[in-house]
Amino acid sequence: MNQLIPLPIVLPLLAAALASLFGRWKVVQRIISVAVLTATSAISILLLVRVDRDGPLVMHAGDWRAPIGITLVVDRLSAIMLTVASLMLLAVLVYAIGQPGAERHHVGFQPVYMILAAGVAGSFLTGDLFNLFVSFEMMLTASYVLLTLGGRKDQVRAGMTYVVISLLASTLFITALALLYSATGTVNMADLAAKIGQLPLGLRQAFAVLLVVVFGVKAALFPLFSWLPDSYPVAPGPVTAVFAGLLTKVGVYALIRSQTLLFPEGSRPVTLLLITAGLTMAFGIIGAIAQDDVKRILSFNIVSHIGYMVFGLALFSVGGLAAAIFYAVHHIIAMTTLFLVDGLIEHAGGSSRMRELGNMVRSAPVVALLFLVPALGLAGIPPFSGFVPKLGLIQSGFAAVGGQGHRALVIGVVAVSLVVSLLTLFSVIKIWIGVFWSPAFETPSGAAHTVGRLGGPPLMVIPTATLFVLGLTVALTAGPLYRLCERAASDLLNPHAYITTVLGR
Amino acid sequence: MKRLVFLDESVRLIFHAVLVGSIYLLFVGHNQPGGGFVAGLVAGAAMSLRYLVGGLAEVRRISRFQPWTIMALGVAISTSTALAPLSRGHSIMASMSTSFDLPLLGHIYASTTLPFDIGVYMVVVGLVFMVFEAFGEDPDAEADEVPEADEEGATR
Repeated sequence: MNQLIPLPIVLPLLAAALASLFGRWKVVQRIISVAVLTATSAISILLLVRVDRDGPLVMHAGDWRAPIGITLVVDRLSAIMLTVASLMLLAVLVYAIGQPGAERHHVGFQPVYMILAAGVAGSFLTGDLFNLFVSFEMMLTASYVLLTLGGRKDQVRAGMTYVVISLLASTLFITALALLYSATGTVNMADLAAKIGQLPLGLRQAFAVLLVVVFGVKAALFPLFSWLPDSYPVAPGPVTAVFAGLLTKVGVYALIRSQTLLFPEGSRPVTLLLITAGLTMAFGIIGAIAQDDVKRILSFNIVSHIGYMVFGLALFSVGGLAAAIFYAVHHIIAMTTLFLVDGLIEHAGGSSRMRELGNMVRSAPVVALLFLVPALGLAGIPPFSGFVPKLGLIQSGFAAVGGQGHRALVIGVVAVSLVVSLLTLFSVIKIWIGVFWSPAFETPSGAAHTVGRLGGPPLMVIPTATLFVLGLTVALTAGPLYRLCERAASDLLNPHAYITTVLGR
Repeated sequence: MKRLVFLDESVRLIFHAVLVGSIYLLFVGHNQPGGGFVAGLVAGAAMSLRYLVGGLAEVRRISRFQPWTIMALGVAISTSTALAPLSRGHSIMASMSTSFDLPLLGHIYASTTLPFDIGVYMVVVGLVFMVFEAFGEDPDAEADEVPEADEEGATR
């Protein structure tokens, strides 16, 4: 079983190589990419089942034991994230193949997409901070290319901002790593967890804050989110979907992992996390309400909802972390679906600006349905997938109020989160009315396609519908899933098993 | 473009020596300082000598393959080598080795580190080619053909 651990990273890399070797034969490229992502999805599900039953698994590359070698670790959290991420990558890939013009004209799309997949998997699987950096870079470098794939002027402009900010964050990350290494002599996370207790309290707190800033840029926390709503909407549709679903959540994963594993209670920046969580929610949603473009509204919604996950993390309780993990799963699926639906809207309507769209509930009823359910889920309306984690967050919030410290702040963030939920509902209803109900006010800037009963090419609708069903499944199986997230959360708060598995004692 | 005879001849002498040096580094990399990455960089330095002599056209004469083909082949070799030990139940990238005697060459020690390093070497060399392809176009030559490029030529 351990043999499976490196495959989600290495197989996509191999696929990237083969896809560029077979650049002339599009069909071969597609078969390779789809086959590899199907395989990684299957592998991650297997790993999830196995890890949930038997505890964390580890593989040391080249048999060099931790903390010297490259360590790959799977525990419940990374297996959950890896599974959801692989499924999203697969669905979006099929969608991109089905979308006219999206990838057909770019020989480089498939190889770069595969490198992105490898980077995402690497971020979830790595057991040391340096390889987390390497995986981030793999992912980001691929995302630079994907973001500017069309070579349009606005893409290059937004891409510049994105590249500069990401490079700045990476520089800060590698500096933080160097400092951490000079202070403790290791970058292996399990080893760090064992050794960081020897550092003075102030130093530990400083490192915790430094890592919050580093991962906060990737996760788009307030006030470091400004790059996101500018850059995401200009990318090609499927690319935006995969960015929206995965990239920020990789940042959230890194935040959760580093803050729970590395820093013992007392050195965690709880106040900072609570305040940023509340502000991220509030500022994100205020930005969303002000927009007229579907993609931009959704992009600001990404920012806003990152706040919920950080709030769950800041509680540092089993309930809070479980809700944060569940929220991440729900958010990845819902956001990817919504951005894929946006691609369908643009395909049918020729634009993503609400002023130029209208009446699509009649012209594309399937698209309307595919939009409405994940959108309501995003707002947290009861039967859908966003409700459970929100309820969990608020319950854990109130439980934390009963405990000691940060009482007023937690009540404040809970209040903000409730208001933001309502405003999220408002923002998605605004899309619903603007795109699906009201008539169009202006003629669309792009070319509208005539769509059949499905509302788009089958290869675009089917992956979207699959993710739609996946979102419903998450809502229907919320009970067992929430218990899985609770087990993952209690692993995070008692990392003993993780540390002993990695260090082999 | 004018070519300097002195530079031309000395590069002709040095080029192959540097390449041989890079291959030496590639092979000793297993137990001594060296390895695919460093060797690739040294080979890249040899390529840039050729670039100094004759520009992009001279670099293109070195290899008939496209840069991304070289890189992709390198990645394919390295990842396959990394995956191979998994099938024997070892860890990924575990080094497997064998040694045997050959007539004339004597005792040979071969390990999976070598193909992995060769893959890395190819990636680095492919990257160097790609950098020259992307940034190596001679702006003066362009200035002759395209009038808009005059400004760039002048600042250079």
